[in-house]
Amino acid sequence: MSILVNKNTNVLVQGITGKEGSFHAQKCIEYGTKVVAGVTPFKGKTLFNDSVPVYNTIKEAKKEHKIDATMVFVPAGFAAAGVIEAIEAEIPLIVCITEGIPVVDMLNVKSALNCSKSFMIGPNCPGIITADECKIGIMPGFIHKKGRVGVLSRSGTLTYEAVNQLTKAGYGETTCVGIGGDPIIGSPFISFLKMFEQDPETDAVVMIGEIGGTAEEEASEYVKNHMKKPVIGFIAGKTAPAGKRMGHAGAIISGGKGTASDKLKTMEKNGIHIADNPSVIAETVKKALKI
Amino acid sequence: MDIHEYQAKELLNRHGIKTLKSILCFKPDEVYNAYKTLSSSVAAVKAQVHAGGRGKGGGVKIVKSADEAKSIAEKMIGMTLVTAQTGKEGKLVKKVLVEEGAAIIKEFYLSLTVDRKNAAIAFVLSAEGGMEIEEVSKNRPEKILTVSINPLYGLKSYHILEMSLFLGIDRNLFGGFSKLINLLYGAFVAEDMSMLEINPLILTGSEEFIPLDAKVILDDNADFRHPNFKDLIDEDEEEPLEVKAKSVGLNYIKLDGNVGCMVNGAGLAMATMDTIKEFGAAPANFLDVGGTADAKRVETAFNILLSDKNVKGIFINIFGGIVKCDMVAEGVVSAAKNIGLKLPVVVRLEGTNADEAAKIIENSGMNFVSAESLADGAKKISKIVNG
Repeated sequence: MSILVNKNTNVLVQGITGKEGSFHAQKCIEYGTKVVAGVTPFKGKTLFNDSVPVYNTIKEAKKEHKIDATMVFVPAGFAAAGVIEAIEAEIPLIVCITEGIPVVDMLNVKSALNCSKSFMIGPNCPGIITADECKIGIMPGFIHKKGRVGVLSRSGTLTYEAVNQLTKAGYGETTCVGIGGDPIIGSPFISFLKMFEQDPETDAVVMIGEIGGTAEEEASEYVKNHMKKPVIGFIAGKTAPAGKRMGHAGAIISGGKGTASDKLKTMEKNGIHIADNPSVIAETVKKALKI
Repeated sequence: MDIHEYQAKELLNRHGIKTLKSILCFKPDEVYNAYKTLSSSVAAVKAQVHAGGRGKGGGVKIVKSADEAKSIAEKMIGMTLVTAQTGKEGKLVKKVLVEEGAAIIKEFYLSLTVDRKNAAIAFVLSAEGGMEIEEVSKNRPEKILTVSINPLYGLKSYHILEMSLFLGIDRNLFGGFSKLINLLYGAFVAEDMSMLEINPLILTGSEEFIPLDAKVILDDNADFRHPNFKDLIDEDEEEPLEVKAKSVGLNYIKLDGNVGCMVNGAGLAMATMDTIKEFGAAPANFLDVGGTADAKRVETAFNILLSDKNVKGIFINIFGGIVKCDMVAEGVVSAAKNIGLKLPVVVRLEGTNADEAAKIIENSGMNFVSAESLADGAKKISKIVNG
């Protein structure tokens, strides 16, 4: 078992002929992901890598294929429209990799999502992967191994750091999700915590947060009130200065709010097992699972 | 990105929001002449720096004559203004805004921000104008009203009614207040702002609502649809190294430690800084070199790190996902040789071919040490720079 994606998930790639889109679509196919179609405006009726049919619009693609999920590589200026196209086409899962979408655009996307049949991951994220089954994103596949820990993160390479340790320590992963580094994202930590709690194969969840906003605090309240499985937490940015955007648009301490110490305090109080630095994430999982 | 008060007011004016007459000046003589063009005898001279709390730091002065305006400007232009938001090193004042006075009946606090939790634009208001809002929010939260606007429904008159009742605004002034609120919301969306703070918003003797101050932060992500954003950048306000790094496409933020950091990925870069601190040294910077850590990019990054004279050692922490570690290692060694790097460097490369990469680092003939984990690397570089 896993959450959201598995070996039967039919995937569409929006922006499949672009530089990033084509590179990563190919990597996903190599990993075993069922990429059934691609979309790029004015590239309809062509084939991607001699095998995947490309359409001009999602509407065209949907006539020919059953689509469970879409991976969005559309450039920032058009990405919000691309996501709304997917929402209108009622694609169940939207994974938006694109970085740099304006906040105002994401506010509109978010309100469209709220009254739709779609679930969104990202934007500005590495995507989602169910180990050995399905990769929808840009993460290196080889570090993942089927196992028992779920991983959630606002970051990219820092997630790989955690996954690598979990694999090497023999725990392995069920599903790993990069939820996105922007201030407004499709789905918060809580949505996934709920799914992991219900997934029979997930025994523990690693949650990697960072400065900015209050998503980790809200997630930890949820953990305290609704979860039996242990959650292991890490927060990046203890040394980050206030008022500076630390790479991710959402990683900013503003008006004294969103500091690492505030988050860690609340998380600890709510029973999250804290890893003091990223090198001890697997070790902290071990302590939390008591095996 | 932060902009100045005078630029923020120009943006507001463009959307039909009235502000008091003001003139930007760079020299005391200009201030003298500017004062003479004003219709009020009371005027304000305001330092234009990217920081709040200017009043308390001596960056806003009231003047009553052209001579007084000039003598205030002589002191203010060239001074280093220290406020709660500038840090102890302060900000050099290079320009001032000379602004007309107005009869103030009442002062309010008003801001628009992005409400991350509710995915909405939120108005924050208080009748305690001119106060520091953080203080009010901490000690008297009941004096603050937050109204989040669902982007699907938009700003409606009942939202504005709630705001005006909370602020105790007279019914006969509701029309003017409502017009202002609508214009502010429109400007916020149209200009892709991430924050618009008006403190204070004043009600004048002629029953007009006017922003006396304006602080705006623009959403950098939206610069592609706002050609004017680049004209609003004031490089005097930025850290010179950050400007230089940005021009070569690197995401760099200067800090005050002595360990230069080169990392791929923003989250890992922050975590690297934190771990260095945990092992007793301090990071000199945040630097995300991105996914393609090739020799050329690494060389550019080295040059930025070495421009900071505090740097006593460098920690390179790369998680090779798609890129192979031995390729990154070769790039690091050739870049270091190219620029004749002498400083000690600890390199941690993880991912495909990490073992080969470690050998390349150890056998480079440079002052390089290889580390097997983030903690190991942080420990090693901290030991080196602490002697």
